[in-house]
Amino acid sequence: MAGPLSSSGADLDLVGVRKEFPGFTALENLDLHIPAGQFFALLGPSGCGKTTTLRIVAGLETPTTGRVLIGGQDVTDTKPHERPVNTVFQSYALFPHMTVLENVAFGLRQRKIDDPVGKAQVALELVELGHLAQRRPQQLSGGQQQRVALARALVNRPSLLLLDEPLGALDLKLRRQMQIELKAIQMEVGLTFLHVTHDQEEAMDMADTVAVMNKGHIEQMGAPELLYDRPKTAFVAKFLGQSNIFVGDVAESSENSISINVGGNKISVDKARAEKHTGKIAIGVRPEKVAFHESKPEAESGRVLLGPGEILDIRFTGVSNQYLIEIPNIGEVTVFAQNVGKSPVVELGAQVWVSWKIEHSFGLADLPDGTVEA
Amino acid sequence: MAFAAFGGSAPANQGDSAKKSNKAIVWALLAPGLIYLGLFFFTPLISLIATSLEAPDASGAIGAYQYAFNVENYTYVVGTYLPQIARSFYYATVATIFALLISFPLAYFIGVRLRSKPMLQRLLVTLVIAPFFISFLLRTIAWKQIFSDGSWIMSTLHSTGILASDQFFLGTDAAVIFGLTYNFIPFMTLPLYTTLERFDIRLLEAGSDLYASPARIFRRITLPISMPGIISGTLLTFIPIAGDYVNASRDFLGSSKTSMIGTMVEADFLQNWDYPSASALSVLLMAVIVALVSVYVRKAGTEDLL
Repeated sequence: MAGPLSSSGADLDLVGVRKEFPGFTALENLDLHIPAGQFFALLGPSGCGKTTTLRIVAGLETPTTGRVLIGGQDVTDTKPHERPVNTVFQSYALFPHMTVLENVAFGLRQRKIDDPVGKAQVALELVELGHLAQRRPQQLSGGQQQRVALARALVNRPSLLLLDEPLGALDLKLRRQMQIELKAIQMEVGLTFLHVTHDQEEAMDMADTVAVMNKGHIEQMGAPELLYDRPKTAFVAKFLGQSNIFVGDVAESSENSISINVGGNKISVDKARAEKHTGKIAIGVRPEKVAFHESKPEAESGRVLLGPGEILDIRFTGVSNQYLIEIPNIGEVTVFAQNVGKSPVVELGAQVWVSWKIEHSFGLADLPDGTVEA
Repeated sequence: MAFAAFGGSAPANQGDSAKKSNKAIVWALLAPGLIYLGLFFFTPLISLIATSLEAPDASGAIGAYQYAFNVENYTYVVGTYLPQIARSFYYATVATIFALLISFPLAYFIGVRLRSKPMLQRLLVTLVIAPFFISFLLRTIAWKQIFSDGSWIMSTLHSTGILASDQFFLGTDAAVIFGLTYNFIPFMTLPLYTTLERFDIRLLEAGSDLYASPARIFRRITLPISMPGIISGTLLTFIPIAGDYVNASRDFLGSSKTSMIGTMVEADFLQNWDYPSASALSVLLMAVIVALVSVYVRKAGTEDLL
C-alpha cells in the first residue's frame, strides 16, 4: 500500500521504462519526469506508445524493464488498486448497473472514506451534473458521461490523474468547452495531470509541458511554445502544426549562422537554432512566418528570399488563407496570411516571391524521412 | 398519427381508420400464438386442475373417476408425498448451486478470457452443447454403468478404502444430484455465456483503478452485471430439475429412497392409475415453482440476492 493517499499532486518519474509485446516493442527506454501539479500532455499518433505509457503508470500494464515512481515511491510492483492514481478512460468505462452517484462514490467506498455519497454529490456539482445523480450512465449524453468519468476519478483526490484521450469522442464545440473546464479544474485542485492525446491543438492549449512521442520514444519535450518555435526533429515539426522543410548541404557557415544550398538558393538558419551544423541538413519555417511579395523585394540581410514562384492553390480557412506556392528547383511552399485586408491577397497563378526572417528558421537534427546523413 | 406528419390537410377520420386497420393487423398477427396457447396450454391446464379435483366414480373400478370438488386430493398428496416434495426442492436447489458453481468459471473463461480466440471460443461452446447430440436417457444409463457396483471406479474406491466395502454410490442422494447437475448444466452455462460474452472487460480495469481488489471487483462489478445470465440460468435448471423423474428413478441413478415429485407423478399416472393424485401433485409442483420463481425474480431484480 502506497500509504495514505495525498490530497495534492505528486511527482511522476519513469526511469528507463521499456515495454515489449509479442512481436513488437511499444516503448523503448522511456525516461520522463513530471513535476507535481503540472498538466503534462503525451502527444503522438496512434500506435506511438502513449496509451501504453499511461497504462503502465496506472498499473494496468507491467513494464518489461524500468521503474515507475509516484511521489518518489517505487510503485512498479504495486497493483493498480493500490496506486494513488485515477484514470479517466477513453471509453469512460462507467458502471452500467449503478447510478451516476454510485459510480462516483465507488472509489470512496472501496477505501472506506467517510460520507462517500455526500462527497460524490459534491464532485458531481463540480462538473455541473448534480441534478443527474440518480440517472444511469446510459441515459446521459457522451459529454455528460465524460464528466461523470472525470468526477469519478477526481473525487478520490489522487496524486496523479491520468486522462486517456477523454475528449476524443466529443464533438468539436463540446471538446473545446471541456478543454477549458478541465484546465480550470486542474488549476483549482492542483493535481498532477497526465493527459494522453493525438490532438496537437488540445495538447498545446491545455498542457504546461508537452512530450511528443513517436514509435515508442519521446522525440521532444517542453513547453508548447518552445516545441512549436523550435522543433528539433522533422517528426515534431510536421506533427505539431505545419512546417515548410527544405533539405540541402551546408554551403556557408559564418560565426552566427549557417546556410544550405537548395537548387541554387540560399536558406539560412541561426546556429543557435540548428541541431546540426554540417553535411546535409533540413531547415524549416512555419507557414505563418513566411510573407510573400508581388514584386521582387530588395535582398535584405537577415531575411531568406526565395522566388519567383507561382500560386498553385488558395484555401480559405476563415481567419486566414493558406497559399500553396510552387517555386522552381525548391518545391512547394505553404504560406498562411491573415485575412485582415482584401482576400485573397493575390490571385491564383500569380507570380510571387516569399521571404522570412532568418531568426524564424529552425534547423532539424534529422531529414524529413527521419534519417540522418553526414 | 404517422399520417398527420405528411401534411395538415389529411382529415382526422383518415387517421382513425388507419388506427383501426393497425389494430386488425395486430390481432391477426397475435391470433396463431393465442390459438396455440389456448389449445395446448390453457385447455390442458384447466383439464389438469379439473382432474386434480376428481373423486372415484360410483362403479369403484380402478382408474375410473368422475368430476367432484374433492379438495382432499391435495391434503392427501401433501400428507403422503411430503418427503418426495421436500426432496425435489432440496435436490433442485443443490444441483442448481453446483451447476452455477461449475458453469460460472467455465462461461467466464470461454466468454471473457478467450475473447481474442473466437475459433476456440466457438469450439468450446459447441462442446458444451455436444452432450445433447446423444439421448439424455442413454447418457444417464451410461453413468449408471460407470457407477455400477462392480465398475472399476467403484472397485478402485473400495480397494483404496475411500469407500467402505458396504458403501455404494448408485441409489444415493449424491448419485441423483450428480446426474441432475450433469444433465442440466448446459442450461446454466449457455445463458451465462451469452451474458459474459458481452461483458465489457474495461470495467474491470476501471474497478481496479478505483481501488477495488480483485475479490471486490468480482462482487461489485462482475457479479451484478452477470445477474441476468445467472437468473435465466438458475431458472432454466431449477425448474426442470424440480420436475425431473428420470435421474431419481430406480431404473437410472436413484432408488426408492431418492424418489422425487416426478417419480410419484409417473407412478400414480402409469402404475396406480390414480389420476387425481398425479394431477394434484403436478398442480402443486407448478404452484410452488411459480411462487418461488416470482419471489426469486423480484429479489434478483433489486439485487437483494447479493
